[in-house]
Amino acid sequence: MGNTMTKEELIAKLKIIVQPYIQDEDAFNNLSEHTDFINDLKINSANLVDVVLDVEDEFDIRIENDDMEKMISVKAAMDIVIEKLAAK
Amino acid sequence: MTSKQIISLLPYQEPFLFVDELTLMSSEGITGHYTFKKEAYFYKGHFKDNPITPGVILTECMAQIGLVCLGVYLLKDQLKEHNLPQIALTSSQVDFFLPVLPGEKVTIVSEKEVFRFNKLKCKVKLLNSKGELVCRGKISGMVKV
Repeated sequence: MGNTMTKEELIAKLKIIVQPYIQDEDAFNNLSEHTDFINDLKINSANLVDVVLDVEDEFDIRIENDDMEKMISVKAAMDIVIEKLAAK
Repeated sequence: MTSKQIISLLPYQEPFLFVDELTLMSSEGITGHYTFKKEAYFYKGHFKDNPITPGVILTECMAQIGLVCLGVYLLKDQLKEHNLPQIALTSSQVDFFLPVLPGEKVTIVSEKEVFRFNKLKCKVKLLNSKGELVCRGKISGMVKV
């Protein structure tokens, strides 16, 4: 799965994952690589953990504390997912 | 860590402390009880001439024992005598089945579902003194030193 997934497919998957937790609908509708989870989507800290746990389930990867701290935007999440999938 | 030590680390006091004692503690869950005081302030208004423990107070009792006390227990190696844990309730979903009257003793049984990246999510039940299910639900919060 990981090797054949395009950037657009990855963004689409992340968009589905974050949807239940967002507060800002406009930012969500315009979601791109540059969208920030906290500043743009207004996801709270507890729901950011839910995003990370859902990303783990969706891609069957394990995210560590260091990665969690970095995972504050769509771009950062994509980088971590790609890195973890490549290491599998 | 004993029940008394955990309670001493809670950031609550009268009239908003709803924990009397913790009877079972492990990294997987916690059990404790509380007896609602007949003279508690909220019975004057909930309801007029018909005192019944408010659902939000039952939820608070479930959160204090099931989430915060368990959180303190899980952080026990990092917490020192004097620093209180930082806590924030982030979600609760509770279904109610029976009323709790003034003076009733309730037992809270909480099972840990997830504790990662400071977020603790628990499945919590509240039982009356007959062992009947009063309410149950899922409560989450952020807990850290």
